[in-house]
Amino acid sequence: MSRRKSRLKNAAAIAGIGATEFSKDSGRSELQLALEAISSALEDAGLQHSDVDGMVNFSMDNNPANEVNRYLGGDHLTFFSRIHYGGGAACGVVHQAAMAIHAGVADVVVVYRAMNERSQQRFGTGVQDRPPVPTTENTNYGWHSPYGLLTPASWVAMQARRYMHEYGATSEDFGRVAVADRKHAATNPKAWFYQRPITLEDHQNSRWIVDPLRLLDCCQESDGAVAIVVTSTERARDLRQPPVLINAAAQCMTNDQMMMTGYYSDHVATLPEMGIVAEQLYATAELTPDDVQAAIIYDHFTPFVLIQLEEFGFCKRGEAKDFIRGGNIEMGGGLPVNPHGGQLGEAYIHGANGISEGVRQLRGTAVNQVEGAEHVIVTAGTGVPTSGLLLGIDEG
Amino acid sequence: MSEPERLRPIPAITRDTQFWWDGIQERQLLIQRCSACGNLRHPPGPMCPSCHSLDWETLASSGRGEIYSFVSFHHPPIPPFDVPNLIVLVELDEGTRVVSNLPGVPSDQVRVGMPVQARFDELEPGRLFLQFEPA
Ligand SMILES: [Zn+2]
Repeated sequence: MSRRKSRLKNAAAIAGIGATEFSKDSGRSELQLALEAISSALEDAGLQHSDVDGMVNFSMDNNPANEVNRYLGGDHLTFFSRIHYGGGAACGVVHQAAMAIHAGVADVVVVYRAMNERSQQRFGTGVQDRPPVPTTENTNYGWHSPYGLLTPASWVAMQARRYMHEYGATSEDFGRVAVADRKHAATNPKAWFYQRPITLEDHQNSRWIVDPLRLLDCCQESDGAVAIVVTSTERARDLRQPPVLINAAAQCMTNDQMMMTGYYSDHVATLPEMGIVAEQLYATAELTPDDVQAAIIYDHFTPFVLIQLEEFGFCKRGEAKDFIRGGNIEMGGGLPVNPHGGQLGEAYIHGANGISEGVRQLRGTAVNQVEGAEHVIVTAGTGVPTSGLLLGIDEG
Repeated sequence: MSEPERLRPIPAITRDTQFWWDGIQERQLLIQRCSACGNLRHPPGPMCPSCHSLDWETLASSGRGEIYSFVSFHHPPIPPFDVPNLIVLVELDEGTRVVSNLPGVPSDQVRVGMPVQARFDELEPGRLFLQFEPA
């Protein structure tokens, strides 16, 4: 069942990408950010606002599709959907778009994520659940909040410690992910940390946020928006940009899935939902890890980058710490990861900016271009019900 | 006028989980047990994922267990928690796991596998909390 091969292979394509600048204080509403990014993505694709007939966004996005569509000045929508589970939605929104297009319920679907996450609604300040409404979701936080386990960093740190215990990874191993991201961001003018690389020593000297996570293990907080236009591969071929094919898209939640606090199963040191996403992507696209030249790995916190590399089969279980040594995930390495700088280096737009980077790599227009990129993996938020994409160049 | 003292977050409690929190106030660490197949589960919920029975009872845990994982919370400081705050994931002898604190132990002296024992501390007037100590 987990190796499900779907019928989505190359049915849909990404025809346009758009974004605002990434900052710490956008100075405008989240709704405006969404509209700016969508307009820019439509312009990139060579489509009109009135061509849009579907929209998908994250349930954590504060801009419902109807509000966006009221100001977009387009037409009515025949498909709209929202994906829950925070950054786990990042590739799920594209998955929804591809399914809708494949099923014929929409022709041009816009997905977007717009947030003033730094200036308006910071996720890292902790869950304040007093007084809580006893929803099923709040009840889960209640197993952790009375003890002070209140922030995303703390939730991930608990799994990271167990990973270190089981496989011998160290804080320095986590640091190598941060160093690679920041090295890539340093040569990306759109990255917040443009021209500001770090060393492993900087990482080791950065303060504890939640031990074993240091400040430089944690992604930044950002304001900004990203939008992506999805249409059929056939239609995309007639548009402005070379189509980037959705070779495969997939979601997974396991049968004991929790939301950031997967502490109660037999796999605290792994991310089985991402492993099942990977299996589906490879099966649907009829590709293997050897066919992938670059990976956009969701990097809200560095330890989960290591585990994802294992789940995607780029290395064996517990061996990511060895795989990433010697610059193997940096430009010029065996598998460049996050050439845009990732969420640690470029911006934290809940993974949506990673999809744009996957598209640029396959168009050949990235600032840090991986030579000969034909297939790119993109992953979504980890420790939650999640999703992934396998994108490819158009060989048709 | 001074700020009112911040209290620890109050958990959301449903009909499925009320018994567990009531148990803490009675100095008991309870584990939900399926009445049909005996499967233990935590966090508690209405249906047994093994046999689909809606019938359940409780087992009083010995409170003995070992550290399965732990973190030391430094930033941001969130009242009323002191920093660093040692938060532990304990695997109980009965097999289920539970999150709690290990107060008074420096984090460099904590190890995965370290034996611990549950206790119940009145950290706020009239309100008991599950805490652990080295066994
Ligand atoms: Zn049962």
